[in-house]
Amino acid sequence: MHEHDVIVVGAGGAGLRAAIAAQEEGADVAIVSKLHPVRSHTGAAEGGINAALREGDSWQDHAYDTMKGSDYLGDAPAIETLAQDSPEEVIQLEHWGMAFSREDDGTVSQRPFGGLSFPRTTYAGAETGHQLLHTMYEQLVKRGIQVYDEWYVLDLAVSDEETPEERSCHGVVGYDVQSGNIEGFHARDGVILATGGPGQVYDHTTNAVANTGDGVAMAYRAGVPIEDMEFIQFHPTTLPSTGVLITEGVRGEGGILYNSEGERFMFEHGYANNDGELASRDVVSRAELTEINEGRGIEEEYVHLDMRHLGEERIVDRLENIIHLSEDFEGVNPLEEPMPVKPGQHYAMGGVETDENGETCISGLYAAGECACASVHGSNRLGGNALPELIVFGARAGHHAAGRDLGEAEIPTGKRGEWEAGDVETPVEPGAIEPSVEADATGGDAVADGGSGLDPAGLVERATERAKERVEALLDNEDGRNHAEIRAEVQESMTENVNVFREKERLEEALRDIREAREAYEDVGVADQSRTFNTDLQQTIETRNVIDLAEAITLGALAREEFRGAHWRKEHQERDDENWLKHTLLSWNEGSPELWYKPVLLEGENKRYEPKIRSY
Amino acid sequence: MSTQLPDQTEDESSAGEAEPTSAAQERRMAKKRERAAERDEKRQAEEAEAALADEETYHLKVFRYDPEIEGKKEPRFDDFHVPYHKGMTVLDALMYARDTYDSSLTFRHSCRQAVCGSDAMFVNGRQRLCCKTQLSDLEEPVRIEPLPHAEVVKDLVVDMEHFYDQMEAVEPYFQTNDLPDGELEEQRQSRENREKVKMSTRCIWCGACMSSCNIAAGDNEYLGPAAINKAYRFTMDEREGEDMKQQRLEILEQEHGVWRCQTQFSCTEVCPKDIPLTEHIQELKREAVKNNLKFW
Repeated sequence: MHEHDVIVVGAGGAGLRAAIAAQEEGADVAIVSKLHPVRSHTGAAEGGINAALREGDSWQDHAYDTMKGSDYLGDAPAIETLAQDSPEEVIQLEHWGMAFSREDDGTVSQRPFGGLSFPRTTYAGAETGHQLLHTMYEQLVKRGIQVYDEWYVLDLAVSDEETPEERSCHGVVGYDVQSGNIEGFHARDGVILATGGPGQVYDHTTNAVANTGDGVAMAYRAGVPIEDMEFIQFHPTTLPSTGVLITEGVRGEGGILYNSEGERFMFEHGYANNDGELASRDVVSRAELTEINEGRGIEEEYVHLDMRHLGEERIVDRLENIIHLSEDFEGVNPLEEPMPVKPGQHYAMGGVETDENGETCISGLYAAGECACASVHGSNRLGGNALPELIVFGARAGHHAAGRDLGEAEIPTGKRGEWEAGDVETPVEPGAIEPSVEADATGGDAVADGGSGLDPAGLVERATERAKERVEALLDNEDGRNHAEIRAEVQESMTENVNVFREKERLEEALRDIREAREAYEDVGVADQSRTFNTDLQQTIETRNVIDLAEAITLGALAREEFRGAHWRKEHQERDDENWLKHTLLSWNEGSPELWYKPVLLEGENKRYEPKIRSY
Repeated sequence: MSTQLPDQTEDESSAGEAEPTSAAQERRMAKKRERAAERDEKRQAEEAEAALADEETYHLKVFRYDPEIEGKKEPRFDDFHVPYHKGMTVLDALMYARDTYDSSLTFRHSCRQAVCGSDAMFVNGRQRLCCKTQLSDLEEPVRIEPLPHAEVVKDLVVDMEHFYDQMEAVEPYFQTNDLPDGELEEQRQSRENREKVKMSTRCIWCGACMSSCNIAAGDNEYLGPAAINKAYRFTMDEREGEDMKQQRLEILEQEHGVWRCQTQFSCTEVCPKDIPLTEHIQELKREAVKNNLKFW
């Protein structure tokens, strides 16, 4: 069994920052990641990092923009923490040598982004994530932090008290992809999940193949509530054939959207009379799809994003990467023609419920980055707010897990604060096929049998044994169903039914499809019998996570009977602050998902954020 | 030389078939065989169908090897006929073949957009990033092999450890003694200097350059183009200062450093991010000479 003070799962921006922070605090920290750190999907982020660095800007303005962008579903303590800590973290990156774009006076460049009242998006060309990821990995090498790369985490080692709030996390179980060995990792002080988003729940996504939401699904099954899962961001500018992202920076620099009539529809059809192309992402995505649905799309599928008028010099200087992406993945040279774009799944606002220190309701278990929900983004994330989230909350989780006193968190986790029970009618039973059997057999769940009396190392060992049994069972079922078919069916149904525009029947349809996928998964098997680099096995396990999260997203979407941020409902066309100024939570409840709500925290440090009509 | 065939290892895996011990198990095995046969039949039918509509399929010849599976211990090539759609990349074709025909087909991939650097392979005799290589640009059959000059782990997966070791041997992190005093003050850098190092920062660690380099193939200790490029990124960064530059040039001048490069440009040719690797190495050679003259 491996042993460290702090174990970080995942090695993207949040994981790397968390590991560095834990070490800054003196902890013996290790990262366990299914990818080598430089392969992480943070590297695909393009646009930039919001930080109030300049005169005329302030953290208060950043916080206000973020709260407005969230459509008043973000929690003020988390939002204010983000806005306050971001400048320091960005300058820290700069001091680590990150190759930011520069102004004539040598200071770092910032540009306008959607929904921002000040051009505070700090960037490195159109490859900010790549530069951030590599800069941070350099620091990891410098500090000699241990990385178990190409180790896939199968499960968490969590104690089994009756209620999740009483449980504690003591480590993880890792699967060495190269050798097939399954080993326990005992974390003396804490486990930090930094596993990224669940983009693979959809088939048209900007996300990597690795983004299967593993951390969220594992935490969910261990009893941690997952929050606001229905809020999925569809980025307005992705390439139609592949889902490759075209940064919002194109519009930030002045790029224009046109429909098939050559109309600048953001203004001409009144979607955003003030901000036009730079309205918030949810607004622009809905506008594009409305144009397409009303017959003003091109090839009935996409709209045009034109940046030719910016001139080659400016484009090469600030957006060069976009020229390569558009040419390589769509065969379009954006210096000569407009780029075809359409909305694509991009980001999950929801995730593992945490407080502003990154801690979940299970002691010793943290989450940071896209897999977490503090909540900073509420019902819609602003462009340029994901990267600061990684570094701000990665650092906080790392420091806190290693013992630094960050003060009492204001955001309650689990059913500790005020909460109310929820109810949603579903056409089929959600959750495990046989909840009680599942809890015993798969080892994917904490068993609420009243405590086993095992010590921490014993809990890690037990989780390891269960994971081994689960893997053996999958390998034994050599001729079982191929996970790839099941995954593809879920992805297609989600893209079809739980997209930008949502309606009751379609959401119910998705739940039925997901139920079918669960039934098919009962007989899933792994054809590849090799212990060496068995990606068939790894992906089969990931597919289970994809199913659990697809269901959670759809349940939340069906339950929330209002239109807020990225969540649009045909039957409910208004934001309903009276009834829905609250977070959606789902507890796995040993296989019988339980829906509940907790109020949004709008009380900031010095002010209350009063919900206003959100227009751009 | 194309793919290096790895040494054969003894069969010491536990993947061998267990003896059937009960009637139930025997029935299960029989059912398994039946289903396997059905699957094979289905696959053959699908492939035949695909092959018929020849214009719409691409023929892939894919390198296969597994150290512990009977029939794969001896390296071989498998044929796959993949239905083609416009814009289809080599990676798309590999994923289709895996998800449809053979789930044990193994290769690294993640972002699908040429930034994670996972899927550099040897495609039709050249190092390429599969996700940004269009099938339509290639002659058929498309021959896909693991990166040459690296040990094959399985199928198209190679051991990257040596590559990572070289990358980490050049102190690949920013070092400076000139940080500003002000708490929230950045260390300024001129636009020109940022432009100077820009291309070098684009490296995605895919290993294509190292695999293409004859010198690296013959000298295992040679730092190689990617690691030297990483060193260039810091050596040329004005924010690090003169003392640090001195220290970096010492590392680069060692026996297995910049002077090993024979300017063959193979690394530059295969780099999927268009980094002028050979130029960077040449420039560092000149810097090293200048530096040495300075101390004469």
